[in-house]
Amino acid sequence: MNRVVVTGMGCVSPIGNTVDEFAHAIVEGKNGIDRITRFDVSDYKHTLAAEVKNFDPAARLDKNAIRKSDLFTIYALYAADEAVEMSGIIGNIDPEELGVYVGSGIGGFSTMCTEHENLLKSGARRVSPQFIPKMIGNIAAGNVAIRYSAKGPCIAHQTACATSGTSIGEAYRAIMVGAAEAIICGGSEATILPLAVAGFGNCQALSAATDPNAASIPFDKRRGGFIMGEGAAMLVLEEYEHAKNRGAEILAEVVGYGTTCDAHHITAPDPTAGQVARAIKLAMKGLDVPADKIYYNAHGTGTKLNDATETAALKLVFGDCAKDISISSTKSMTGHMLGAAGAIEAIASILTLRSGIIPPTINLLEPDEECDLNYTPNQAVNKQVDLALSNSLGFGGHNVCLAFKRV
Amino acid sequence: MVFEKLAEMIANKLDCPIEDITLETKLADLGMDSLDIAELLMDIGDEFNVEIEVSPDLVLVSDLVAKIEELK
Repeated sequence: MNRVVVTGMGCVSPIGNTVDEFAHAIVEGKNGIDRITRFDVSDYKHTLAAEVKNFDPAARLDKNAIRKSDLFTIYALYAADEAVEMSGIIGNIDPEELGVYVGSGIGGFSTMCTEHENLLKSGARRVSPQFIPKMIGNIAAGNVAIRYSAKGPCIAHQTACATSGTSIGEAYRAIMVGAAEAIICGGSEATILPLAVAGFGNCQALSAATDPNAASIPFDKRRGGFIMGEGAAMLVLEEYEHAKNRGAEILAEVVGYGTTCDAHHITAPDPTAGQVARAIKLAMKGLDVPADKIYYNAHGTGTKLNDATETAALKLVFGDCAKDISISSTKSMTGHMLGAAGAIEAIASILTLRSGIIPPTINLLEPDEECDLNYTPNQAVNKQVDLALSNSLGFGGHNVCLAFKRV
Repeated sequence: MVFEKLAEMIANKLDCPIEDITLETKLADLGMDSLDIAELLMDIGDEFNVEIEVSPDLVLVSDLVAKIEELK
């Protein structure tokens, strides 16, 4: 089996549109949440979101790509460009050995809404011919592949909020078995839209808080749902010898991947936490790292059930030692980036391994008896860890855990 | 008149200088693919009240002008 390393990272997020900016933001505990500006929320119960700010797609993309793409594809192309640039892979790999695993929880939601309005207003003959190829969930992957002439495997996994965790895990496996030498992998999402906010809100997933500092509050007793975020995050995964031979900077090694399904309920996690625990165990298979040397980047959405379930899962895996793990939820700052969450949190995990600074869970003020582990409340902590676990769970019962180490 | 209006529509759509568009310009050279052309034909339908079907014969800007003038 091949070893697999990370040689590039890129992001567009509510707290930074470069990895460097994001790295500073998570340590400072910057809150990306505010009142929605994209549309009028006067009549909405849910009024907050973590929007991407100061985003200038023209800095990396040509106007034709911008004009013809849904925002989720634009975010994906932008983040992929930073990752690819950082890795220096283009020109140093056979295009047939370069793959793209880029997913989205939903896809071109905005395009779907616009064209549906067009249909109702102007009739079937006025629905844009660009509609389908702009909207379909795999098209970010397709566009990334076109941009870099990546002719290896190109797949858009879709596991709701675990999507980009799945993308990275499956890319890791593909490179392990020699299906490609490198894969650009991650996810993107752009759903801060009236229909999406109404839909997620009515399925009881969103927090109705109006104070941005009391809204996305994972592991806090007051928590009442997640806050929608958006953006994209990408990694370049590469076979270790390939990266070493071309003199690439190796940012981390992927050392494990576990994926399971609750097979329990379409939205609620199984409260026994058995399959979340098993995903963590699978990701840690063969790794002998003491709990106090582990950073666990939680899915940590801030819903009642999620945070209690994840806490229970850690106790199932680590027993009493669970309290020694440094845990935090990046979503306290970024909101829930849905299909991009797994990858942005993988980046947070890798940054933590490299910096020796555990990013905090911000606005965690009221402890909950169901969530009684060390969630790194409010302030970053200096601590060198040897293993980072990044966990993602998705509607449908998808459980994904990724494991990273320094090389 | 048809050409001037059409050139303006294409320039707005592609966000390119209107001077780049002449009767002899190939649509493909402006970066338009078949989907762009299909979309442009819808805009033309709204503007000139003509329905032009997608066809491989629509290569030059002048082909569009001729079609519009024929059907108007």
